[in-house]
Amino acid sequence: MTEIEFLLWVRGPAFEGATVIFVLGVAFRLLEILMLGRKANLAEARGSAMLGGLRTIATRSFPDATTHKRSAFTHTVGYIFHIGFFVTLLLFAPHILVVEKAFGVSWPALPTPVVDATAVVTMIALIAVLWHRLKDPVLRFLSNFQDYFAWFLTILPVFTGYIAFHRVGMSPPTLIAIHILSIELLMVVFPFTKLMHAFTLFMARWYNGAIAGYKGVNS
Amino acid sequence: MARDKTLGEVLRERGISRRGFLKFCAATASLMALPPSTVPAIAAALEKARRPSVIWLSFQECTGCTESLTRAHSTTIEQLIFDTISLDYHHTLQAASGTGAEDARESAMQENWGEYLLVVDGSIPTANPGYSTIAGISNVDMLRETAAGAAAIVSVGSCAAFGGIPQAKPNPTGAVSVSELITDKPIINVPGCPPIPVVITGVLTQFLAFGLPELDHLSRPMAFYGTSIHDRCYRRPFYDRGQFAETFDDEGAKKGWCLYKLGCKGPTTYNACATTKWNEGTSFPIESGHPCLGCSEPDFWDAGGFYQALSIPTGDLPRAAAYGVGGGLLAGAAMGALNRVRKNRAVQAHEKVTIDDLEKERKP
Repeated sequence: MTEIEFLLWVRGPAFEGATVIFVLGVAFRLLEILMLGRKANLAEARGSAMLGGLRTIATRSFPDATTHKRSAFTHTVGYIFHIGFFVTLLLFAPHILVVEKAFGVSWPALPTPVVDATAVVTMIALIAVLWHRLKDPVLRFLSNFQDYFAWFLTILPVFTGYIAFHRVGMSPPTLIAIHILSIELLMVVFPFTKLMHAFTLFMARWYNGAIAGYKGVNS
Repeated sequence: MARDKTLGEVLRERGISRRGFLKFCAATASLMALPPSTVPAIAAALEKARRPSVIWLSFQECTGCTESLTRAHSTTIEQLIFDTISLDYHHTLQAASGTGAEDARESAMQENWGEYLLVVDGSIPTANPGYSTIAGISNVDMLRETAAGAAAIVSVGSCAAFGGIPQAKPNPTGAVSVSELITDKPIINVPGCPPIPVVITGVLTQFLAFGLPELDHLSRPMAFYGTSIHDRCYRRPFYDRGQFAETFDDEGAKKGWCLYKLGCKGPTTYNACATTKWNEGTSFPIESGHPCLGCSEPDFWDAGGFYQALSIPTGDLPRAAAYGVGGGLLAGAAMGALNRVRKNRAVQAHEKVTIDDLEKERKP
């Protein structure tokens, strides 16, 4: 297999396969969670569950002083790598082309050097969270294989994208192919690991808020 | 023109001044990105060089490579240098035909065994030797026979270097590159469809002056194929700023913005187009508003479409997503139902603990 054939395989059948598994996995996990259901709450409502849920989605998505005081490092670096990851993923011109191909929508890209710098910051932040995980005895005790695997799957596309952009070490078609392959790996594993939080977090926040909202208290 | 004359003697006979010759050497040095200190070395080597015999074999090709070489720089000193190489055999350019032509090849081979330079353009069919023959000799046989006595081989054009268009899917002739058949000779690949004329002459000059040049992983001379089109493109600032032409006639195209979205293969293509340019330095494809096709890279014809950006998926994503949603909902519903059954069974199997049970436990 030549490097162009490899790239074409990665862009074609492999990406299709990864999409099937990703969408299948996400739909499966969401439906399974939703079908668990809840018993009817027989208590009289003292507030709106819906409003409480929506309010919590909003409040838990922004930085919070108490959380920051409790664990400043995780709070700060967590925000940095999440924002960095999304900026790199969604505001780099070639990535927007993929979105356009998949969903038919597009938006303006950020200047390439800005995305480049963001990718570096993201990688530094990811290395910092790993260092923190290994350094903190409690965090290390609580960590299992999946935590490290999820970390690896997250930094891998950023790293392979960075070396593909700067064309380090291998021929450009191979670098691009490896980068796309790292995304496909992420897509395949995503629904079956804690990375699924990207889809469940708003559901979970809404649910927490809804319980409190029903009781007429703030969550 | 006697073969035993040196290049310097021939040039002087033709009225080329020392100054003109050194200017050519300086231009060649700068073209190959060599420091000025190497100019005397090039001059000395070329001055003393005896006109080496060159045999040019054309197999499955379109003559575009020869056209590129002969037409674009018809009156420059490069062509004179090329004249000065003893081009003993070239289908398109030689006057002789039939037995006379083949005799010329055979005598050049005998006289210069082990020393002549073999230039090949075109790929070689292996599915059936009858697909391409010259004087009744199959391409494979002629290549093997002529390569045996060559000092080195220069594969000119993407067909000779990588198989090119004849090798494109479904490759009906079983076309292969020179390097797939000949493995015991130094091979310099000069790919391109066609290669830039001054790159062809530049590689020959480099070979005459310094011997085998530094090559990349695809056996291309680093001097000409060392940097990507993208890195040397004058439209690169637009790429970095995120300004792209979306179609061939929108505002972006008129303003000369980056052609990445229109399928430009500049980022993965290594060639000298953006620096040397074509037609005596007039322009190169991107400068005239067309994305780079990546013609100097292997498999450029099958690389997923000329007008498709390099990074985007080629598959049918909506269909893949539909399968995913369908399969996921089915599996999710099945799992959900199974969970409910389990839960109901657990509820049914649940034994209530009575006060009596607890009392029993307390008794020793």
